[in-house]
Amino acid sequence: MGNVTTVLLCGVGGQGTILAADLLARVALAAGRDVKVSEIHGMAQRGGAVTTVVRVGSEVHSMVSDPGSANIVMAFETTEALRNLPQLAEGGALIVNNETIKPLPVLTGRASMPRNVRERLTEAGGQFIEASLIARQAGNPKCANVALLGALSATLDIPEDIWLEVIASRVPAKTIDANLAAFRGGREAMERGE
Amino acid sequence: MRALLSGNEAIAQGAWEAGCSIGVAYPGTPSTETMEAFAAKDGVYAEWCTNEKVAVEVGLGASAAGARVLATMKHVGVNVAADPLFTAAYTGVGGGYVVLAADDPGMYSSQNEQDSRYYAQAAKIPMLEPADSAEALAFARDAFALSEQFDVPFFLRSTVRISHTRTPVETGERANAPAKPYEKDASKWVMMPAFAKGRRKVQLERVRQLEEWVKTCPYNQAEQRSAEVGVICSGAVYQHVRDALPEASVLKLGVVWPLPARAMARFAQSVERCYVVEEGSTYLSEAVRAAGVESLSTPSPLPVDGELSPGLIRQAFDLPVAPHAAAAPDVPARPPALCPGCPHRLVFKELSRARAIVTGDIGCYTLGALPPLSAMDTCVDMGASVSMAHGMQLAFGDEDKRPIAAVIGDSTFGHSGLSSLVSTVYNQGSGVVCILDNRTTAMTGRQGNPFNGVTLQNRPSREMDLEAIVRAIGVDDVRTINPHDARAVRSALKEAFASDQLTVLIFRAPCVLLERIVNPPFEVTGTCTGCGACATLGCPAIARDNETGTASIDRALCIGCGQCAQYCGFGAIVSEGGR
Repeated sequence: MGNVTTVLLCGVGGQGTILAADLLARVALAAGRDVKVSEIHGMAQRGGAVTTVVRVGSEVHSMVSDPGSANIVMAFETTEALRNLPQLAEGGALIVNNETIKPLPVLTGRASMPRNVRERLTEAGGQFIEASLIARQAGNPKCANVALLGALSATLDIPEDIWLEVIASRVPAKTIDANLAAFRGGREAMERGE
Repeated sequence: MRALLSGNEAIAQGAWEAGCSIGVAYPGTPSTETMEAFAAKDGVYAEWCTNEKVAVEVGLGASAAGARVLATMKHVGVNVAADPLFTAAYTGVGGGYVVLAADDPGMYSSQNEQDSRYYAQAAKIPMLEPADSAEALAFARDAFALSEQFDVPFFLRSTVRISHTRTPVETGERANAPAKPYEKDASKWVMMPAFAKGRRKVQLERVRQLEEWVKTCPYNQAEQRSAEVGVICSGAVYQHVRDALPEASVLKLGVVWPLPARAMARFAQSVERCYVVEEGSTYLSEAVRAAGVESLSTPSPLPVDGELSPGLIRQAFDLPVAPHAAAAPDVPARPPALCPGCPHRLVFKELSRARAIVTGDIGCYTLGALPPLSAMDTCVDMGASVSMAHGMQLAFGDEDKRPIAAVIGDSTFGHSGLSSLVSTVYNQGSGVVCILDNRTTAMTGRQGNPFNGVTLQNRPSREMDLEAIVRAIGVDDVRTINPHDARAVRSALKEAFASDQLTVLIFRAPCVLLERIVNPPFEVTGTCTGCGACATLGCPAIARDNETGTASIDRALCIGCGQCAQYCGFGAIVSEGGR
């Protein structure tokens, strides 16, 4: 629907898409929007391809994303970004964590990696974010999720204060500073168009 | 208070607000978090039972004794629990009794797609189906009083998109629901023919009362918009319909059995064209037709299996869908895999090496069926590994000496593998049963079970002695093996396959997600010849170079289990810790 923003988070089971989606949803709720977060649990979490959908708006109905209807695709991994390109809406934003995890069929020599991934994603409008690097610079390599959220925040019309408040209230006390620094780092990288 | 809850958490909250004091369940995706969330609340008792049938019976006992009870399970769990459920629909309840059936259309983590609404119809147990977490909370809360009012258990049906979608809810306070006094009443609770015949009449009269109630209850809502197109639907499908056909009128059914025949007829007459939209099932469209309500087929057919989405509904109505990029043809599949360091891996590797026929079971270890291990021939339902192995041996006969092994996890063995093994022993079956005891119920998120002695609310328990139990039922050859030791696994399987008697091999090592012990990672040295032996283990931490075939180990993924080093004939895999 016109007033609803659909965010598709995709990655590999265990990468933390569910936690990032949860923070995004709490931010949307704190900003007074309606929100739905749809997750997949169970077998796919054992290193399989996973997607989480967050839909934000004044009134959200469906909790899933159709091909061509994700206003933002945020990929935690480059191969999954390529896999989920059909989900991206025309004119939508594609944010890609610059990290590649080879699927098992590739590791065991039964399949090969796609070619020219970076070029193809760039052509589709993809912005690469060095989330792991930003997280390390922020002082905690585990904050890569939040660095990606920072990049995502630059594409959404929600005040930065709300993001910072929600993140500070949801992460372990010892990691608040690193998480907030990672968030700002991701946001700035997106705004600079790196 | 406003909160963002999954459907599962909302059901737990609703049950708590209704004063429900006892929860019973066996874990199963997508239902599992419901009982975990309930167990974490104040003033409740909750337990994992050995299986869903046991859970429903424990719950029925608690209800008979006057408590309000919540039982939760996945759709296939309802099959296991169907026996007590069908007769609980005769006995009725004492305290309110609510049973969650969580369906998995699209089979994200299940062996089949089932529509649990058919159980409601067949057992004559009324069923509510929420369309978001707010309704999940409200329906769960209300269902306890309704269960007491109509003297029958109430089903709640969810699907994976209701159970695992977080949406905003308003939470409330806990009501005081004092236990109903227990009174002995054989005519209500002893379902021998003489009394059951009487309760059958009670059940039929109750159905008549429910059909009256459903005419005016607040759970079915007609939303009148377009006078041309109307859609009858329920649950998550309602949400997809609202996005796909925003102008359409909608009859949203919150009670999916019994159905409100008159309201459906009135709704169908209020629009020029009335349709039924449902997910991977014809339950609703058949029921609407049976009620004499006229509905049309969609211009193009709806998918008959899998999940629905707004786009799929628009296609069925011949409406345009969003333009989008074509799927990239060269993206490799990314199936789930056994974790690095998984204690199940070498058992499958050695079963594969022994060219055994392997009857599998339900759990993480079902992933042993995928390449490169490819070490599983069957997987059907909880416990079937043990019984199907016995059946295979009956068919092959004494002359055919092909090695057959059943592979089953510790929790699954407790669920129903034990009764299968009793049957094999009783009927003098032979063969090999491998119990993969990883000290937890791993697939659903590491729950407790009788063999690790961990209970849902961390109450004191006891670890059952798996070896002693198996010996006590008459298996003489019981061995315990460290599954990380390739040579021990190989020789145990070899000896068991050579033996004419029934052998139970217990492979015991904790799930790597349980303890997170990380040893120094292993690395591949220059002596690697590129033979590829290590890659046949299917460890996500091991990669082979496309051209040379030489192996490498991802330090970030390797947990230092050392399984792969045992398969390298050239000593090329060594611990960075210098082991």
